[in-house]
Amino acid sequence: MIVANRKPFEEIIEMLKPYSKILLLGCNECVTVCATGGAKEVSVLASEIRLFRQKEGQPVEIKELTLERNCDTEYVESLKPAINDYEVAISMACGCGIQFVGEHYRDKLVLPAVDTTFYGVAEEQGVWTERCQGCGACVLDKTLGICPVTRCAKSIFNGPCGGSQGGKCEVNKETPCAWQLIVDRYKEMNMLEKYLEIQPMKNWSTSRDGGPRKRVREDLKL
Amino acid sequence: MRLSYPTNIKIVKVPCTGRVDIIHILKAFEGGADGVCLVGCLEGDCHYLRGNLRARKRVEHVKLLLEESGIGKERVAMHNLSSAQGQRFAEIAREMTEKIRALGPNPARKTG
Ligand code: SF4
Ligand code: SF4
Repeated sequence: MIVANRKPFEEIIEMLKPYSKILLLGCNECVTVCATGGAKEVSVLASEIRLFRQKEGQPVEIKELTLERNCDTEYVESLKPAINDYEVAISMACGCGIQFVGEHYRDKLVLPAVDTTFYGVAEEQGVWTERCQGCGACVLDKTLGICPVTRCAKSIFNGPCGGSQGGKCEVNKETPCAWQLIVDRYKEMNMLEKYLEIQPMKNWSTSRDGGPRKRVREDLKL
Repeated sequence: MRLSYPTNIKIVKVPCTGRVDIIHILKAFEGGADGVCLVGCLEGDCHYLRGNLRARKRVEHVKLLLEESGIGKERVAMHNLSSAQGQRFAEIAREMTEKIRALGPNPARKTG
C-alpha cells in the first residue's frame, strides 16, 4: 500500500485560511488501510478544523467525501455535482489522488492534507514500514525477497557497507541492515553461494532517474 | 446508596469504553461540551479484555488533537472504576466539574 502521514495541523489550517466552504476528500484504499485518509480520518480532521475555526470566530462549512479511489477517472468524475459548491478542496488521498482530482477540476485548487511517504506493509496493528521504491527492475529473486534498494539506506547491491554493526544500519540503531538480512536469508535457504555473485551496476533508468514512468496496455484501451 | 453528583454532567452509556472512538469525543466538543470524561472498568477487568486499555490510548490521542485545535488537552480525562465504586464516581464527577469550571467554557462553543 501507499503510506502517508497527515500533515501538521498548523500547516493545514494555514492553507485553508482564506476559505470558508471546504470540500475534504478521503480515499477508501491505501490511505484508509494506513489509517491516514479514510472516511474515519476525514471525519476527525473535519471536526478538528471546525473546532479550531469556530474558536477563532471564523466558522467553516466542510463537506466530507471519501471516494472509492482518487486515482481512477470514473470515481473522480463522481465529484462533479459536489465540487463546484465549495471554494477549495483539500485531500487526504496520496499524492497521486490529490493531483488527479486537480487535473479533473482545473478551476479548483486541490490542497494536500497528507505527506505521502512510502510503499509499505502493515507490520503490526498501527505500525507501517517501507518495502519497495518502485525501481522498475525488481531484484528480489537475487536477494531472496529483501529489497536492497529500499531497505539499505545506501541502496547498495553488493553489501553490506562498513556501517553495518551488529546487524543494524549505521543510520539508525533500530533499522536492520538490509544486507545482514539478505545474508541471513541466504544461510536460511542454504544458498550462501549466491552471495559470491557480484551484482553489476544497476541500470537506474527504469527507476525515477529515467523520468516519470508510464504503463500502457493497448488491449485494455477503449 | 443515594449519592449526588453535579447535575450538569450528561451521562452517555456505552457497552464498553472500547466503543468510544476519537470522533465521538470530538463531536461532543463540537456539540458544545466543556469537558469529556471517560469512565471505564478497572484495568485488567474489561469484559472485552482490552476495551478500557484501548480507550485510554484513544484519550491520549484525542488530547493531541484537542491541543492542536486549540480546545486544550485538559478538557478530556479517563478514569477506571468498578461498578462498586459509586462513591468514587461521584467524587470524580465533582472534581472534573470543578476542573472544567476553572478552565471556563469550551472556546469553540457556538453562541446564539
Ligand atoms: S488515490 Fe492513492 S490512496 Fe487512493 S487508491 Fe489511489 S493510490 Fe491508493
Ligand atoms: S528491487 Fe525495485 S521493484 Fe523490487 S522491491 Fe526493491 S525497489 Fe521494489
